Amino acid sequence: MTARKSERLINLLIALLVARTYVSKERLREVVEPYREAGDEAFEKMFERDKEELRSLGIPIEVGYVDRAFEADPGYRIERSAFELPDIDLTPEEAAVIGLAARVWQHAGLAAATSDALVKLKAAGVSVDRAALDVVQPQLTAEEPAFEPFWDATRTRTPVTFDYRTSGGTRTSTRHLQPWGVVSYRGRWYVTGFDTDRDSPRVFRLSRVQGDVRTDGAAGSYEVPAGTDLRAVTQSLAPVPADRTALVRVREGAAHGLRRHARAAEDQQGVDPGWERLEVTFGSSDAFGDEILGYGADVVLEEPAEIRGWVVRRLREAAGERAMQGQRA
Amino acid sequence: MSGAREQVARLLALVPYIQARREVSLTQAAADFGVPAPQIVKDLNVLWFCGLPGLGMGDLIDVDMDALEGEGVIRVSNADYLSRPLRLDSSEAAALIVALRALREGADADVRPIVDRTLGKLEVAAGDAAALAAQVDVRLPPQTRVNALREELGRAADQRRQVRIDYYVPSRDESTERVVDPLRVVTAGGNTYLDAWCHLAEDQRLFRLDRISSATVLDRPVQEHQGLQPRDLADGIFQPSSDDLTAVLRLSPEARWVSEYYPVESARPARGGGLTVTMKVGDPGWLVRLMLRLGDTAELVEPTEIAEQVRRTAAEALVNYA
Repeated sequence: MTARKSERLINLLIALLVARTYVSKERLREVVEPYREAGDEAFEKMFERDKEELRSLGIPIEVGYVDRAFEADPGYRIERSAFELPDIDLTPEEAAVIGLAARVWQHAGLAAATSDALVKLKAAGVSVDRAALDVVQPQLTAEEPAFEPFWDATRTRTPVTFDYRTSGGTRTSTRHLQPWGVVSYRGRWYVTGFDTDRDSPRVFRLSRVQGDVRTDGAAGSYEVPAGTDLRAVTQSLAPVPADRTALVRVREGAAHGLRRHARAAEDQQGVDPGWERLEVTFGSSDAFGDEILGYGADVVLEEPAEIRGWVVRRLREAAGERAMQGQRA
Repeated sequence: MSGAREQVARLLALVPYIQARREVSLTQAAADFGVPAPQIVKDLNVLWFCGLPGLGMGDLIDVDMDALEGEGVIRVSNADYLSRPLRLDSSEAAALIVALRALREGADADVRPIVDRTLGKLEVAAGDAAALAAQVDVRLPPQTRVNALREELGRAADQRRQVRIDYYVPSRDESTERVVDPLRVVTAGGNTYLDAWCHLAEDQRLFRLDRISSATVLDRPVQEHQGLQPRDLADGIFQPSSDDLTAVLRLSPEARWVSEYYPVESARPARGGGLTVTMKVGDPGWLVRLMLRLGDTAELVEPTEIAEQVRRTAAEALVNYA
């Protein structure tokens, strides 16, 4: 059954590919055997399905008129230049790069897409020997179930709607989005696009999408605004670069985590025995203050003063020195 | 149904693939297409009935069945009109381009120009289909070292050799040296882990690669451990155990992030936009550190002895600032 159908599809494809002009449905029925043998209605159905099947493989079937004088009579053809992969001439090293790239995706759907691409390139005469190059392979994962629907929606510019868990995790709301692109930062995937409820661009974290992503309009029904810069979106997700320094006193043998981004300070004056002073690099004040607090009584922050003040305030709160917990304004 | 679609896709690549090489062994073709050899034979049997419209004498594609059955070699002729594969579709082009960009980020300075040239040629060949790649951006963490570790530890697991690692445990704030029997390297939740038997803990453990400061593959084989299986990470990295503490936290709106940053068992809204959450905690030290960070934006309702420990630790730390 599969073999018969494959045969029919290939013969239809060849007939459309080698034709010099549009081929009429009647002509196709004459030359493709199963069409000839089928009844009128069965033929119509089969032909429609076959066309769709070929198109779903990315085969561009054009519709036009066999004879301009009889416009009621449409015909079909496949334009060779739109069908064929253009020449691609790769050196062995470049081919090896392609071979390595084909192993980067750990996501089943995209891994299949890269293998399909690789097969086509091999069919274009590229020979892949991965050993020709010594490169460490990164791995791209996408564990979020919503990844594939958003990838497809982005690809086809299809508006979608989905339920989204808000920060805090107790409420979900239904959102409507025209996806512009997907970005990954630190192994987490985000989608950015135009939020038609909020009437402005938004970023959504895919792990917070609940349930199915539903289509909410026709494919190609919006444009991604020119000049949309996805790199800027990813940049906004990235932490502040660690380019500031702090001075801390640390109990000997403690705070190994802090020592991973620190070195001994030159000035060790005024440091008690059993302690040492370190110079630590950090990026975000909040994250650094949190880190210092986590070390409890093993670390004392000396500078910068504003983070030191914040740390002391937090410690007072945790020690119960201020108003009762939970009764803040 | 989908069988035919896949077969047609494969044949549209197989025909130009063989013509570009004149002849190919069946085993090589099966390897290049990632399907079993009998599947390729089935594909060729379909091709045998295909050709130019009318399928008269001289119209059929010629598959050399004698060579296939005799020498296991594929030869195809009379199919000049299928000498090029189909164009890349947008998903294929984008997946490959994004993968190449990821490769570029992790590559050394001498390899980057090669990746750039490859990207350039691929984008030209893909044409319009490459446009989607502009809508995808992947920023990898600076993980060249993690990548190198992954390769090294993965190899050690394959060769079943022991590894000595220096591992940092943030919840206890210690770096310890341990010998492990590696099982495999896995990626979950955006992090890469070594799943291994740890001789220090005398148990199976997951080690986050970015917390391994050094690893030495030893010249010793791994030991046998009865019933040891790679861990199933389908349910995530956090696997609560029965001896975990149950903690109840009252979070103010400012501290609600805790409920999504860490796995919570239950969460219910509290007065003033806050949240009361219950969570399993494996390490009391971790809970103390969390509470210190939260200050008065959260209250530890249970266990009370840990709440007391938080107050004591904070008071001790304040002495240092006096």
